[in-house]
Amino acid sequence: MSYTERKKNKTGSTAGVRKPFKEVINVSMGDLHTSGLKPLSFVRQVLAACLYPQLVNSSRLPVDVRQRAQRLLGECVGGSIGSYTATAGIPEVVQRISEFITRRDGGVPSSPDNIYISPGSQWCLMNMLKVLVNSESSPRTGVLTPVPSHCTTTSSIVGLGGVIVPYYLTEENGWQLQVEELQRALDSAKGICNPVALYIINPGNPSGQVQSRKSMQEVIQFVRENRLFLLADEVYQDLVYGEHSEFISYKRVLAEMGPPHADTVELASFHSASKGFIGECGLRGGYVELVNLDPAVMKHIHTLFSTDSCAPVLGQMALDLMVNPPQPGDPSYPLDDMEREHIRKTLVHNVKRVSEVLNSLPGFCCQPVEGGAFAFPRLFLPPKAIQKAKEMGMQPDTFYCVRLLEEAGVLILPGCEYGQKEDTHHVRFCILNPQETMEEVLRRISCFHTQFMREVS
Amino acid sequence: MSQQAANGVPHRGKVLTLDSMNPNVKRVEYAVRGPIVQRAVQIEKELKEGVKKPFTEVIKANIGDAHAMGQKPITFLRQVLALCSYPELLEDNKFPEDAKQRAQRILDACGGHSIGAYSASQGIECIRQDVARYIEKRDGGIPSNPDNIYLSTGASDAIVTMLKLLVRGEGRDRTGVMISIPQYPLYSAAVADLGAVQVSYYLDEDKCWSLDVTEVRRALNEARQHCNPRVLCIINPGNPTGQVQSRQCIEDVIKFAKEEHLFLMADEVYQDNVYAEGCKFHSFKKVLFEMGPEYSSTLEMASFHSTSKCYMGECGFRGGYMEVINMDPEVKAQLTKLVSVRLCPPVPGQALLDLVVNPPLPDEPSYTTFMKERSAVLAALAEKARLTEQIFNTVPGITCNPVQGAMYTFPRITLPQKAIDKAKEEGTVPDMLYCMRLLEEEGICLVPGSGFGQREGTFHFRMTILPPTEKLKVVLEKISHFHQRFTKEFS
Repeated sequence: MSYTERKKNKTGSTAGVRKPFKEVINVSMGDLHTSGLKPLSFVRQVLAACLYPQLVNSSRLPVDVRQRAQRLLGECVGGSIGSYTATAGIPEVVQRISEFITRRDGGVPSSPDNIYISPGSQWCLMNMLKVLVNSESSPRTGVLTPVPSHCTTTSSIVGLGGVIVPYYLTEENGWQLQVEELQRALDSAKGICNPVALYIINPGNPSGQVQSRKSMQEVIQFVRENRLFLLADEVYQDLVYGEHSEFISYKRVLAEMGPPHADTVELASFHSASKGFIGECGLRGGYVELVNLDPAVMKHIHTLFSTDSCAPVLGQMALDLMVNPPQPGDPSYPLDDMEREHIRKTLVHNVKRVSEVLNSLPGFCCQPVEGGAFAFPRLFLPPKAIQKAKEMGMQPDTFYCVRLLEEAGVLILPGCEYGQKEDTHHVRFCILNPQETMEEVLRRISCFHTQFMREVS
Repeated sequence: MSQQAANGVPHRGKVLTLDSMNPNVKRVEYAVRGPIVQRAVQIEKELKEGVKKPFTEVIKANIGDAHAMGQKPITFLRQVLALCSYPELLEDNKFPEDAKQRAQRILDACGGHSIGAYSASQGIECIRQDVARYIEKRDGGIPSNPDNIYLSTGASDAIVTMLKLLVRGEGRDRTGVMISIPQYPLYSAAVADLGAVQVSYYLDEDKCWSLDVTEVRRALNEARQHCNPRVLCIINPGNPTGQVQSRQCIEDVIKFAKEEHLFLMADEVYQDNVYAEGCKFHSFKKVLFEMGPEYSSTLEMASFHSTSKCYMGECGFRGGYMEVINMDPEVKAQLTKLVSVRLCPPVPGQALLDLVVNPPLPDEPSYTTFMKERSAVLAALAEKARLTEQIFNTVPGITCNPVQGAMYTFPRITLPQKAIDKAKEEGTVPDMLYCMRLLEEEGICLVPGSGFGQREGTFHFRMTILPPTEKLKVVLEKISHFHQRFTKEFS
């Protein structure tokens, strides 16, 4: 039975079965709302008014909410969110996203013509991979991807007939990327495939590192020298916790490097309404911004996106509300600010506690979670544990997770599902939880871990 | 350092070029949002900037988008969705009880009681159960298993997913996908994108666009010489043609698919859009099961539905589903894995679908208004379908089959030889020339028949019947006059 199937059975009904816990805590997905954190009121009020325009006249909703909804409805064809939109998205929304990007990047210009909204950032990424990966070419197309990485992208590459060329992040160095490792990976592809792109996630998923400007410059240099298309997955850009960490976009670093890099490196950067404080995973809104692409290729990219018709309108609006939150002076500002601050404080606290608790447990070592939605601590499992896992026909970290689920009622996922160096083991769990939930998760893990390690020593 | 850099050779050219990009993507076309629509958008910009034109607005009769043409959303649906979005409204007594109950039930099925949480990739379980119950009711009690239901981002997403599963092989063994001509160009686009082989079978224009199995057989036999046809796609009610296939026809298709060992893909997104007297929607699944176990236990098929059409017209929600029948369990496991790459379908679209399959019941407060609104939409469409056929058939040079269902008319236009020659001169096709002229002169945006496929030497355009009745009358009149002018100019 696969881990996923086992997981499914466990979180299904266990009616009447006695367990040492009352309910299973599921911290396997990077999903704020499922974890128990609340949607932002402003966002949901605006969307409600867009869904049911009678609310635009309701005094129940703050004035700025009603104005925002009215404006958005005016930008929809026929004044309804039920109509299709232009392929790339509602033009005014796309325009505002480009303005956000410019603001975020300290003035670096952004053109709405280079932005496409899709049902989630992975959808945009899939479309870009479709353009890049030629399944019939010989040798096959290769894409450099980080280890660890989240599985959706690697599945997509493989599904399109591409070849994964893994490059290992350096765990001992806080999961930072070493450019020498990129070179090694590229060299390893010789004779096996034709690498055309480098996929990079910043902040990292699941590894949680935030890249330094210097490292990003090295990556840009590397892709230019080796003629690689740069795919920058930046969906966690709003979730940065490290005191000395700062998110800078690849676009900004590229622009600030000036020519020749700024004019030549081909870049696709991805963002989403699923992560960040807004956490609207279920609305399916994400975008890609394309930089320095061949105009002839852009035409085909446009046609490809057009076959999807358009992204869900609520997802498009969630993106708009994400990049244009209430401002000081707006009636909704105090509440919105409070809600965001609450989430931010919670996450910063969670990250601190994860480090404190796990790093005090023998057998666990957790690199600092500088950003992102997950902790990806390393497990040092004694030979007996590895042996037991082998007997059960499971990977050691899968075995650990299964036992944790059975005995402590906490659902986390094994590192083998994300990639890791041979003979190392990790687990991944989400840190986007209310503080009480995070504490309970850490408590249960500590308890279980101590018992488990005793058993396998 | 790369070899080139070491040699001091300057890097020339992009990484991603027309030559290096995936050649399949270059073959993708999608006329519904193609060049004529792009020109229409440009003209709209010009109008906004104050450029003088012989018209004050562009009428976009190119896309099956009801709300864009002024159709109003169904109140009940939007109330429930607003409650789902901002549950504090559950305390507002302006919302009816049945709407609140539906919202509560949907929220209870969502992670963290939020429509912003991811759902399972296959779709929220209780919604799939509701969809299965709806299908059972629609099909006179024939069982539907919720595990065979896959919610999707519009029907298009499910259609493409299914084709991904089916397309394989190389050279002469490459999968052939049978699709009607004319067709909705998503199919040809997906076939191009996947590098599959398109196998076209012609619908019979003289017989109201009906499907003739002998023609499908002809296409199949011919295709077998150069590919491996494995899929038969059918759109019923038809897009762009609007025909509603007879029950006999559906039986014939099922028999044919079984005999020839083809996977059947039944695109039924317009199932509520049936207008003509004597026409009825017969679901492929229902007919399949009524044909007995010889067929119902063997024929593999998928049927598709959507929240974009029918009486709801909620295109912007991207809601839809497919039901798979008799799929090999191991293949089904692969399908379940494949859809996980999409993470999950938009939850508001799933919620909307739940309401469509679970509308207000006769004893519920919202029932009367709901039925009134629904009937009004469908009645208006029926009237517009009739009006369109009637008016177009009065124009010499335009022949229009009855619009039996769906949302479009696909009339045949006779073009003078000089126009055909002019098109060739300009490097375009005759019906594109025609439609572009219509756009520039009257501000009406249609899609040329060449975008959907048609018999060689024939020309058509697709127009939606969605504009409000009065506007539609004006549009029909303008096209009629344009046609006569155009014919005169090129005679």
